[in-house]
Amino acid sequence: MAADKVDPIHQFHINKLIPIEIGGYDLSFTNSALFMVATVAVASAFLYLTTSSRSLVPTRLQSVSEMAYEFVGNMLRDAAGTQGMKFFPLVFSLFMFVLVANLLGLFPYFFTVTSHIIVTFGLAALVIGTVVVYGFTKHGLGFLKLFVPHGVPVYLLPLVVLIEVISFVSRPVSLSVRLFANMLAGHITLKVFSGFVVSLSALGTLGIAGSVLPLAMAVALTALELLVAFLQAYVFAVLTCMYLNDALHPGH
Amino acid sequence: MFVTSAFAQESAPAVEGGHPGTEGDTHSGTGVPAEAHGVFPPFDPATFPSQLLWLAITFGLFYLFLKKVVMPRVGGIIDVRNDRITQDLDHAARLKGEADAAVAAYEQELAEAKTKANAIGQQANDSAKAEAEAARKKVEAALDQKLGEAEARISSIKANAMKEVGTIAEDTASAIVEALVGGKASKAEIAAAVKSVAR
Repeated sequence: MAADKVDPIHQFHINKLIPIEIGGYDLSFTNSALFMVATVAVASAFLYLTTSSRSLVPTRLQSVSEMAYEFVGNMLRDAAGTQGMKFFPLVFSLFMFVLVANLLGLFPYFFTVTSHIIVTFGLAALVIGTVVVYGFTKHGLGFLKLFVPHGVPVYLLPLVVLIEVISFVSRPVSLSVRLFANMLAGHITLKVFSGFVVSLSALGTLGIAGSVLPLAMAVALTALELLVAFLQAYVFAVLTCMYLNDALHPGH
Repeated sequence: MFVTSAFAQESAPAVEGGHPGTEGDTHSGTGVPAEAHGVFPPFDPATFPSQLLWLAITFGLFYLFLKKVVMPRVGGIIDVRNDRITQDLDHAARLKGEADAAVAAYEQELAEAKTKANAIGQQANDSAKAEAEAARKKVEAALDQKLGEAEARISSIKANAMKEVGTIAEDTASAIVEALVGGKASKAEIAAAVKSVAR
């Protein structure tokens, strides 16, 4: 592959749009920040404008907003019970943010916010931070029962507790890496196959004929990426619900 | 994973800055691109403060906006709709109850009217029967009376006839006695004789 012509990594580059530097930290407004703003603006505007008529019988777009609302609401209620509904705004905004960021990233030349590990890790850290803070304020040291499952023989307890601690600590990692890796891998693959189309077409008639294959692949991958965009937002929200359930009911 | 085939695998220790060894261990794709300049952009710690800051700002505002504006509104719409549906269902149930009550009242009235009609019919039937009976009895009585009268007349006529028969027999007997004997029998003797024969 001609790496100089079609660089699949190029789409992940951070470009400073408005350089800002405070206290030695680079806090520039970058293309990443621009697309965070775009994500928030698109999601907010959609939710706000589609529900502005407050119709008793919803229009199509209004029912999309209502479906998203009820979808996340039911998800949270199923996983964490009615007590979990106090986290509904958090889970709903996480779901909408990730979903819209993923979908925006599918547009050519758009930056994918969720393809940067620090962004997904920030969101995952927010979730785990909420779980830890809420767990300790609600249950005090009783929250540590999370690591001691019921009905385990005493001689196995050290091992089980160790495993539980490791699994808890790896949660923010798996939560962030899952989303990041899916978006990154999908976009690189898309770029590589699209790059094949361009490279092959440059080789003449035979190349143009041959480029049909990677083109078909790119089209299929776009559909797959659309699915992944929804799926990863869903997975992120579901796991958030399950972790919040641990904060609410640490006794397993 | 796709990532591994897409770019060169080179270990990049402590790229994660504040979180050493976490992502790097679980994700084999950690590395820098084959091209020489700089690190792989998603793992470039130089971009982390800016991304985290803007994520905090944008996501924080998004969270507040959803919590304060969007979610009360959507929740309100859904609640109003559910209330409306419950209300309509209640209304329908009440109307159904009223309709049922009306049907029951109608059926009760119908049953009452039926029994009343039956009673009237029965009464009319009975009185008609009684009248017919009375008329029949009256006619029978009149007929009996006429029959009695007729029988009395017949018997009186019969008695008169028998009496006449006696007189004729006496006359005939006295005439026969006169003709045969030539004497005259006393009336009393003849009468006694006729009586003894007639008996």
